[in-house]
Amino acid sequence: MAIITVDHLRKTYGARVAVEDVSFSVEEGEVFGIVGRNGAGKTTTVECVAGLRTPTAGTIDLDVGPDGGAGADLKEQVGVQLQECSLPDKIRVGEALSLYASFYRRPADWRALAADAGLDLRASFATLSGGQRQRLSVALALVGSPRVAILDELTTGLDPQARRETWELVTRIRDRGVTVLLVTHFMEEVERLCDRVAVISRGRVRAVDTPAGLVARAGGEQRLVFRTERPLTAEQVTGLRALPEVTSATVEGGDDAGEVTIAGTGDLLSAVTAVLPASLMRGLRMERTTLDDAFLALTDPSYGPSHAPSQEES
Amino acid sequence: MTTARTRVLVRIAAVEARLFLREPAAVFFAVVLPVALLLTLGATIPGFRDADPSLGGQRFVDAPFTSMMVLLSVVTLGLSALPAVLVTYRERGVLRRLSTTPVRPGALLSAQLLINVGVAVVATALTLGLGHLFLGVPPPRSPWAFAGVFVLGSTAMLAIGLLLAAVAPNSKVVQGAGAALMFPLLFLAGMWLPRPLMPELLRRISDFTPTGAFGQALTDALGGGGPQAVHLAVLAGWALAAGLAAARLFRWQ
Repeated sequence: MAIITVDHLRKTYGARVAVEDVSFSVEEGEVFGIVGRNGAGKTTTVECVAGLRTPTAGTIDLDVGPDGGAGADLKEQVGVQLQECSLPDKIRVGEALSLYASFYRRPADWRALAADAGLDLRASFATLSGGQRQRLSVALALVGSPRVAILDELTTGLDPQARRETWELVTRIRDRGVTVLLVTHFMEEVERLCDRVAVISRGRVRAVDTPAGLVARAGGEQRLVFRTERPLTAEQVTGLRALPEVTSATVEGGDDAGEVTIAGTGDLLSAVTAVLPASLMRGLRMERTTLDDAFLALTDPSYGPSHAPSQEES
Repeated sequence: MTTARTRVLVRIAAVEARLFLREPAAVFFAVVLPVALLLTLGATIPGFRDADPSLGGQRFVDAPFTSMMVLLSVVTLGLSALPAVLVTYRERGVLRRLSTTPVRPGALLSAQLLINVGVAVVATALTLGLGHLFLGVPPPRSPWAFAGVFVLGSTAMLAIGLLLAAVAPNSKVVQGAGAALMFPLLFLAGMWLPRPLMPELLRRISDFTPTGAFGQALTDALGGGGPQAVHLAVLAGWALAAGLAAARLFRWQ
C-alpha cells in the first residue's frame, strides 16, 4: 500500500517552471530515491511532499494520519532533513535534540538517536564535522518518530568515510520500518540504499524503477574483453557468434595476439567459456553498463551508449 | 493546545537564553557595559554627584545619567542583538528547519523577543539596584510610570529591531545598519549632549525620535513629575509602525 502518492505535481514560481509534471508513489517501508541533475526539480518536489510548499497543480496524498496527513499531523509524521539548514553555533547536540523532541507528541528517545548517530551530546554545533552535522540533521528529522523521513542531498560534500557512516545510518532507519524518501545525485548512493528510484529531468519523471531495472533499460549489456596468445580460428569466432548470449564478437588483429571484445547479455561469461577454454584468455575483464550510464542516458539526450566514462555531476 | 504551545515557547526561550549567555559580546554590551559606565563614571567624574540647580536640585547621576544607561542597554538589544540573531537564523536555515516541525517558526521569534525583554529587565534592575547601592541613586519617583515607560520604550526598540531584521538581506548588512543607526539615535537621546543643553531645534527633533522620547520619558519617570504625553505617544507610534511594517515584510527564508 502506497504511503506517498504524488499525482501530476506541478510547481511554478512566476514564469519559471520548477516542476513540470511529476507522478510517483512510494510504498511503506521502502527507501525511494529521487535522482536528477541540479535544478531538475528534486528538492521542490520533496518540499511539496513535506508540506513546505503548495503545489501549483496536482495532488499529494500521504497515508500517515487520521486526517489524511494535513497540517500539524503531517509535520508529526514526516521528518525532514533539508539542504543548508544549520543550527546556532553555540547550541549543544543534546540541547538541540531534547528541544526538538519537545515539539512532538510522541518523540523518540533522543539519547538513543544521538548514540546511533555517533554524536557527543555535549559537543557544540560549531565544533561538529560535516558528517556529524549531517547525522545530527538526520537525528533531528527522526526525533518525532515519523513514519516517513525525507532526506535531501544527505552526503553532498562529505568525504568517503563520512558518506559511508551516513549510509549506515540510513540503512538502520529503514530497518526500523521508516519509509525513506531520499534525494540524491550520487549513483553509488542509489545503488547502496534505494529499493526504487524516480529519475527526474527538467521537471518530469523519466523513469521509475529499481536500480537494476534502470541499468537493464539502458541496455544492460556486458562486454568481455581479453587477449589471446594465438589469433582465434575462424571456427572459434563463428562458434562464439552462434551463442544465443552473444550479440557481437570482434577480433582486432595484432602480430601475434588479438584483442577480442564480445558483447552480449545474460550469463555471458559461462556461455563463452563453454566454447573457448579460459586458459586461452589473457587479461580477461568484464565491463557492464553502470547506473551512471543509465542515469546519463535517461537525463541527457546527447549521451550515447558508445562512450562510457562515468562523469560526476557538478 | 494553548498550554502545549506555552510549554514549547518556554523550552525554546530557555535554550535561547542559554545561547545568549554563551555570547560574551552580547552580555557585555547589553548588561555589563551600561552598569559599569554608571558606576565608574558616576563615581569618578567631578560634578556628577553634586546637586545641580538646573536639574531642580537633583544630581546628574540620579535621573539623567541612570536613564541613559537603561536606554543604552535596551537600544543595544533592539538595534544590535535581536536583529543580528534573527537574520543569522534566517540565513543559516534555522527558521526553515523549524518550519519542518509541528512548531511554527514564529515561536522562535516570540522566544527571542521574550529573552531580550528579560535581559533588558535584568540590566535595568542591576543599573537601578547597584546605582542605588553605590551612588545613592533614588528609586524611581513614580515606579508604575517607570515600568510603563520601560515596557513601551522596549517594545518600540525591539519592533525597530524586528523591522531591521525583516528588511536586511544578510547578517553583515544588519550589523552595519544597526551600528549606523545606533550612534545618531544615542546622540539624539542625549547620550553625549544632554537634552537640556541641546539647541531648541535639535531638541524638537529629538522629541520625535524613539530614543529621544524614550530617554526623556525615563528621566521624567525616574526623577521628575512623570513622563509627558507627547513622549509616550511618540513611543507608541514607533512601536506600532515598526511592528506592523516588520510583520508585513518579515521573510522566514
